[in-house]
Amino acid sequence: MAPHDLRRPFKRAAISDQQRRRELSLQRQAQHRRDAQHQARCLASFLNPHSDPDPEPEPETTPEPEPEPTDSPKELDVRHASKLKGAEARKWFARQLMLPEWMIDVPDQLPQDWYVFARPAGKRCFVVSSNGTTVSRLRNGSMLHHFPSALPSGARTKDSSGSAQSYSILDCIFHESDQTYYVIDMVCWREYSLYDCTAEFRFFWLSSKLAETGACDPPSQYHRYRFSPVPVYNCDQAGLSAAYTGAVPYVKDGLLFYNKHAHYQTGNTPLALVWKDENCSQYVIDTDSKGQVPSQQQVVLELQDNGNLSTSDDPPVVFGCLDQAFIEQTESRSGNLLRFAIGDGGLNFVDGKLEKADLHYLGKSNRARAFADSYSKVMFQYMARHSPLRIDDLLASINSSNDQENKPSDVEMVG
Amino acid sequence: MAMEVTQVLLNAQAVDGTVRKQAEENLKQFQDQNLPSFLFSLAGELSNDDKPVESRKLAGLILKNALDAKEQHRKLELVQRWLSLDPSVKTQIKACLLKTLSSPALDARSTASQVIAKVAGIELPHKQWPELIGLLLSNIHQLPANTRQATLETLGYICEEVSPDAVEQDHVNKILTAVVQGMNSSESNNDVRLAATRALYNALGFAQANFSNDMERDYIMRVVCEATLSPELRIRQAAFECLVAISSTYYEKLAPYIHDIFNITAKAVKEDEEPVALQAIEFWSSICDEEIDILEEYGGDFTGDSDVPCFYFVKQALPVLVPMLLETLLKQDEDQDQDEGAWNIAMAGGTCLGLVARTVGDDVVPLVMPFIEENITKPDWRQREAATYAFGSILEGPSPDKLIPLVNIALNFMLTALMNDPNNHVKDTTAWTLGRMFEFLHGSALETPIITQANIQQIINVLLQSMKDVPNVAEKACGALYFLAQGYEDAGSSSSPLTPFFQEIVQALLTVTHREDAGESRLRTAAYETLNEVVRCSTDETASMVLQLIPVIMMELHQTLEAQKLSSDEREKQNELQGLLCGCLQVIIQKLGSSEQSKYVFMQYADQMMSLFLRVFASRSATAHEEAMLAIGALAYATGADFVKYMPEFYRYLEMGLQNFEDYQVCAITVGVVGDICRALEDKILPYCDGIMTQLLKDLSSNQLHRSVKPPIFSCFGDIALAIGENFEKYLIYAMPMLQSAAELSAHISGADDDMLEYTNSLRNGILEAYSGIFQGFKGSSKTQLLMPYAPHVLQFLDSLYMEKDMDDAVSKTAIGVLGDLADTLGSNAGPLIQQSVSSKDFLSECLSSDDHLIRESAEWAKLAISRAISF
Repeated sequence: MAPHDLRRPFKRAAISDQQRRRELSLQRQAQHRRDAQHQARCLASFLNPHSDPDPEPEPETTPEPEPEPTDSPKELDVRHASKLKGAEARKWFARQLMLPEWMIDVPDQLPQDWYVFARPAGKRCFVVSSNGTTVSRLRNGSMLHHFPSALPSGARTKDSSGSAQSYSILDCIFHESDQTYYVIDMVCWREYSLYDCTAEFRFFWLSSKLAETGACDPPSQYHRYRFSPVPVYNCDQAGLSAAYTGAVPYVKDGLLFYNKHAHYQTGNTPLALVWKDENCSQYVIDTDSKGQVPSQQQVVLELQDNGNLSTSDDPPVVFGCLDQAFIEQTESRSGNLLRFAIGDGGLNFVDGKLEKADLHYLGKSNRARAFADSYSKVMFQYMARHSPLRIDDLLASINSSNDQENKPSDVEMVG
Repeated sequence: MAMEVTQVLLNAQAVDGTVRKQAEENLKQFQDQNLPSFLFSLAGELSNDDKPVESRKLAGLILKNALDAKEQHRKLELVQRWLSLDPSVKTQIKACLLKTLSSPALDARSTASQVIAKVAGIELPHKQWPELIGLLLSNIHQLPANTRQATLETLGYICEEVSPDAVEQDHVNKILTAVVQGMNSSESNNDVRLAATRALYNALGFAQANFSNDMERDYIMRVVCEATLSPELRIRQAAFECLVAISSTYYEKLAPYIHDIFNITAKAVKEDEEPVALQAIEFWSSICDEEIDILEEYGGDFTGDSDVPCFYFVKQALPVLVPMLLETLLKQDEDQDQDEGAWNIAMAGGTCLGLVARTVGDDVVPLVMPFIEENITKPDWRQREAATYAFGSILEGPSPDKLIPLVNIALNFMLTALMNDPNNHVKDTTAWTLGRMFEFLHGSALETPIITQANIQQIINVLLQSMKDVPNVAEKACGALYFLAQGYEDAGSSSSPLTPFFQEIVQALLTVTHREDAGESRLRTAAYETLNEVVRCSTDETASMVLQLIPVIMMELHQTLEAQKLSSDEREKQNELQGLLCGCLQVIIQKLGSSEQSKYVFMQYADQMMSLFLRVFASRSATAHEEAMLAIGALAYATGADFVKYMPEFYRYLEMGLQNFEDYQVCAITVGVVGDICRALEDKILPYCDGIMTQLLKDLSSNQLHRSVKPPIFSCFGDIALAIGENFEKYLIYAMPMLQSAAELSAHISGADDDMLEYTNSLRNGILEAYSGIFQGFKGSSKTQLLMPYAPHVLQFLDSLYMEKDMDDAVSKTAIGVLGDLADTLGSNAGPLIQQSVSSKDFLSECLSSDDHLIRESAEWAKLAISRAISF
């Protein structure tokens, strides 16, 4: 029983860096395990009945376009983003919305794989609630409202459920006339990231969670704006008709189609589509700044280093090219958004690919614009002026895919 | 039946190696041929006063080693072996041992004491040798002094060896009575008094009941305090050790004595010899430890709900305690900073002052500041160093509001001192103090920054300059830079104030690693650790510079692998360096791999890095293996499915790591890396799964493997199942029974201590993660029915966890998730089973209203999955 050693650490940090490396690795592994588990739980089969004799293809087996490197929102980024302020926040949020392409042809399997709903007219925005306040940000990242809400951690109330740190992010459209945020998608709920979940799951979660919070209640002291879900239908004959003609409390601005198996992908995606005609939208054909429909279609394109004029798609579609003299003359620089009119020459296609566009320079675009037009938008507008895709075409497509399904298999009689 | 062993035992200690070897073989032969006779012969030798003391000592030592071993599994074997020995032989051996306690030879007595304690350690928990305590204590007063001494020493060893619940209270009372009487000042023999005092140290854990009795406690405390005044140094030292032990075991009983103890300790610190003074300071450090723990447990709410109330002894003693400690700071040794093992009164006093600051916070500041102001500019280096050390010590504990104004004044002074003070000791402490400033008062959480645009340039210049100073000063400068970088950890992804200096800092650190004397004072390690932290806290702006580091570090690693014909000493250093370099690469991989942009560029080095890591496995150093393995895990995650190309070559090292029972850290880390690889490769890992699963199953059934590796192995089953899906089918018959029996064992653990409960919860979590992965892996496949037979057991496990009410939040979250996974995968087939389970009702509803949102989320999800399973 010798005297016991009583030396204590002296002038040393208590934890060695090696221990720190080990712990950080374990944290990383645990986090990735949680992510993997979480992803597994969100897979589509979750909402497919087991009795379904004809299982849908798993969504992750369908190759999806690689997202932009900077646009891969991981949980931690989102946590980080929920705390961003000012210019940083604008920059981040400008890239985070999932932007539907315009429907320029009808996808196969509409009734099986797609949802449809009437898009409320208004401003598309992200609504973030955290730390006792709620902020809405427009498509270009700038702030729309800063207000208290009944969303989780959305107001400084005493009986806030959950920790103050918890945050939620909703994809909304703000509808002026009834001062309501119509929630069209859910990206994060109480820190639970839904980015990697299918639309089917997200819509399910949205409809079951939103009402619980009281966010759909009429405005009150700690809840300045009402939130409301929108009715979402399976895109079969009845669903499409309901979305197209059914009564809703808001002014419609076209129809949105969401692929059930698609994850929430930032930026343009062909797995969400927008379609409009005069019956369901006041804004089928783009208006100019005075609200007039210009006689010629106008497009906004981005000027590239090499003088190319391209769309906001990834990869970009080139509509034309400016020569150096013209660039200098207009004092344009790479990255500028320029407005053009499409002349009588129109758009010419060879084998379905754009070959030539008759572009006439109008000037620089409004500074509030964050992006050039997408290819699908230009095409939809072009078609709307020349040979629009009609509701009947959509219905017919549904019928034909029903027909295919119902078609009895051919049996060769040999008797 | 006894054998003649004296000569062999003496030969076994011969100088001549041949003789020694022969003797050792003979002993082994004896043991193998007839163990009972061998052990009895040894006991006989030990007890025989006619034999030389050397052979007696060795006999006792061999006997002791036949009863106990360090490794857990070997120890259990030895215990079983002793228990199954012929009882009559054991009786004879024990008689010899007890007889030896009366031997005139001190060494023989002392050895016998230890062997008796080992036997007691085996037998008392099995209710054997019940007469031992009685035998030892009968007639203790009439025994000669040497026997009394040996008896007390034996009692001390027994208390060290045996857990308190194996000794009945009646025996405890008798032991304590004998021990405290032996300590009493009326005991004239110093050896007896010392043995008694040391025995009390071990017996304190048995004295719960006695310390609750006011009279008995008063008596024990009086005797201990008196012993601190003994003329014999060793007794004073042992008595203070008892006070230190009492301060942590019986903190809540100390109030009536604390005033007297303060006087005793203050006197010892001032006047007594260093070994005693150190214990006296340790008493107050230990009180601080207790109060810090208690106050931490109070948390922010100050409800005073803690089990033990805080008596604020430190706060009350503060006005006298602080001056006493400040006094000690001036008693530095000349070169304590170069001596790794140094521990003196100045170091102990400074450490205690730091703990005092953490205990009382702001109150310490006004008591220390005058000392600092008075001494910091004195010509005597001892005064400057003591003042600086005092300042560094109080930087953790007091509020930033209190400290920041002081630091703002001191910072410039410290920077100047670090450059210009003529004394190395002062510079060492100054650099350390700067590090403490940055550690505790610099970071995004603080409102007023101490490092600003105006001074950052100067701070960095001074630190980089100081990194060229003598090794111990340079090491502290690296440490200060480490915390300076850490303060910018969450500066945001875009811009860090360190960016303009990044290149210069990295260059300076690399230069340090190449210093010839970098092996001294841990300097090289500190430089790499700082480099790691600088990389971790860097932003996108400097990603390209981090990228440039890769070839540099790879080249260094390459050079260590090329070195030929090294001495074993050089090889050890080389391995250490390999570990550091692999660690550095790991940090870089993790940093660059986390951003898609930089990942793309750095992947060009992946092949080269991988081949270097594989070469590191050729070395025999566990630390280097561990670091290489961690780096590979990070690389696998960054590489994703492409990692498959490395698998053919890497696989054997993976297997090697999983077989490394001895360095269980390597094994644990390898298990974690298997998880990384599963997530990277997904089903491409399939060809390797047979081998991996075999090894993991072997690991689980081994009793040699450290238990801490078992929970991660279960989690790893889940990772594999999730990666390979229904292909896990063939492992079900092996994995499921293992999980099942581990689940049964871990479900009920009544009466376990905190450590055991914590371990059990981590085991439960591992088991549940395995179930989760397996259920999710099979989801949607046509083979889900294979899991049906296991569902009742899984649900039963969840139910019993719920009933036990001792799982932590992490387990609750995983458990309720498993309920969802089971419902999700098995669907309506499991509906009736689920509806019968308690978990699906009470547990689920408890989780749904949990305060922890992660538990709530899992529960929401389980609710959803169950409602579907039941409705279809």
